[in-house]
Amino acid sequence: MAIKKFAVAAYDDEEVLFPAVKAVRKSGYKLHEVYTPFAVHGLDAVVGHKESDLHIAGFIYGITGTATALGFMSWIFTGDWPMNFGGKPHFALPAFIPITFELTVLFSAVGMVLTYCYLNQIMPGVKKHVFHKRQTDDFFTLVIEMTGDTSDIEVLDFLKTTGAIETKVEVAESEWWYGRWDKKENYELAAG
Amino acid sequence: MHLKYEATLREPLVNGHKTYGQVTEDIISPIERKPGRMWYVGFIFSLILLAFGVFSVTWTVYWGIGTWGLNRTVGWGWDITNFVWWIGIGHAGTLISAILLLFRQGWRTGVNRAAEAMTIFAVMCAGMFPIFHMGRVWDGFFVLPYPNTRGPLWPNFNSALLWDVFAISTYFTVSLLFWYSGLIPDFATVRDRAKTKFRKLAYGFASFGWTGSSKNWQRQEMLALVLAGLATPLVLSVHTIVSFDFATSVIPGWHTTIFPPYFVAGAVFSGFAMVNSLLVLTRKILHLEDYITIGHLEAMNKVIVLTGSIVGIAYLSELFIAYYSRSIGEMDEFKWRILGPYWWSYWAMMTCNVVSPQFFWIKKLRRNVTFTFIMSIVVNIGMWFERFVIIVTSLYRDFRPAAWVYYSPTWAEVGFYLGTFGLFFTCYFLFAKYFPVVAVAEIKFNLKTSGESYKKQMLAIEEIPNDEFFLQQQAAHHHDLDHEHAH
Repeated sequence: MAIKKFAVAAYDDEEVLFPAVKAVRKSGYKLHEVYTPFAVHGLDAVVGHKESDLHIAGFIYGITGTATALGFMSWIFTGDWPMNFGGKPHFALPAFIPITFELTVLFSAVGMVLTYCYLNQIMPGVKKHVFHKRQTDDFFTLVIEMTGDTSDIEVLDFLKTTGAIETKVEVAESEWWYGRWDKKENYELAAG
Repeated sequence: MHLKYEATLREPLVNGHKTYGQVTEDIISPIERKPGRMWYVGFIFSLILLAFGVFSVTWTVYWGIGTWGLNRTVGWGWDITNFVWWIGIGHAGTLISAILLLFRQGWRTGVNRAAEAMTIFAVMCAGMFPIFHMGRVWDGFFVLPYPNTRGPLWPNFNSALLWDVFAISTYFTVSLLFWYSGLIPDFATVRDRAKTKFRKLAYGFASFGWTGSSKNWQRQEMLALVLAGLATPLVLSVHTIVSFDFATSVIPGWHTTIFPPYFVAGAVFSGFAMVNSLLVLTRKILHLEDYITIGHLEAMNKVIVLTGSIVGIAYLSELFIAYYSRSIGEMDEFKWRILGPYWWSYWAMMTCNVVSPQFFWIKKLRRNVTFTFIMSIVVNIGMWFERFVIIVTSLYRDFRPAAWVYYSPTWAEVGFYLGTFGLFFTCYFLFAKYFPVVAVAEIKFNLKTSGESYKKQMLAIEEIPNDEFFLQQQAAHHHDLDHEHAH
């Protein structure tokens, strides 16, 4: 739990948002995050996120599935309990392919979705602060974290020059917590 | 800024002038309104069907499979016919969301959410049939490979029926994950504009705490892309494996190598037809004509005429190969399909699947909503008969003429089938009421390239001669660079 002070700017067009994000990063203010109602291509690079490695996780889960299926079926039919099906070979590789394929896909998909939820910190019951109630609707919301020496007025004035149509200063929880979305939290900044 | 551009020759995917806010309003507001009378009538009718299905299944489980019309000769009847039919329908959703995503087909965004929902409900319905066909359903878990006190004796991993268990359960799981991972951001949109306490709580829970941060979106896009990559071969594998249930046997009419592609084409054919049936009604009832346009319906009708023709060619090659094989069993089998006691099912299949979709070569009919709706029903009837023809008319005349029978279903089998309609439509009505029926975030993503009013703005740019446009762009680019250097 970390309650912090933020400056929030809302934009109504991604064409204004891109230069604004660039300007904030150049200015030296601490960019907390940018929230958008849909996936805006290229925004991650402008915000400064490195590329996601989720696909690598997916590949590792996938080959785990392949190895599990192939290993398990081979062990059962050659070691644990060899059965004779019409004189066919015990190690019937072509017949193992369909299940091997299915388990590859299953492990990869399930593993990747769980990793995705873990990395994104999303789960039923998780609550996070929503800086602007239209950030999942039609506003693009840019959030700056206020460090000790940042002045409120200075930041807000700066954000207005970048084309923001709404600006405000807000104290909020920066991490996730378990909570109910029908309840509203009130934050107070710890003294000092 | 780079120019977002798509040729105005290409039909818009969103009609009228929409802002991002308007998109949210149009798609989310039906969730916040009380449902109309049509919804209640449909929902209650579905519940009645479902209740009758539950009664029929209970009857079957209590008295055993003897309540069905199956016998020693025809061991697979309506049950497996319905299973294959529902599984086939369940192919369109993931095809639309996965394969069309990889092919970068923008029009998928209007229909993918409803199509994926349909997939999930159809697979649920399909799964019922093999499970209850087992007879002693309480022993159903015997199909799973788990350490047991019987040796341990494992299931036969060489059996196509066991492959089916894995294929369908994987398909259901992956489709569900794909669908839900796309729903999370849209549930967050519903949550953030919710007025009532209950809606805030419920959609807050369902949205997993999504806030739409740029890092989360980056991962979301990656997840969607990789899941699409995984789901694409998966869709093709599922109906391939279903066709193996037949093709790996030695029954004349089943033992053919054409089955996997023929089944997959048939699945896509019936799936798209079902999507059309549902969307024609959904767009009308929820007033989503601007998002699910005539263009969307036409695109699906094009897929229907393509896959219908593939299926038609498959029927004809089956006939030719039966003749060419000079195998008496094979030739008789196809002769009886066409002229035998079940001739009506063969001709119903041929008419509905091969002849009638050919009307869709005519553009005017492809773009006619009423005709599309009627055709979508006709195609689904045809595809049901296809499965009936393949299953029942390959079995009813056994290798020994003494075992020849005529199979008809009992009320319990019919009730079970009607019950799955009840299940399907109960789920679909709840989906249409409580879920964003069109993928809100994905529509917004495409809005500025494919929205009607945004495309019209491009008309002026299209007037500019190529050379001049190139110079303009180059000048603008250099200006940008100079600007950057100046800082």
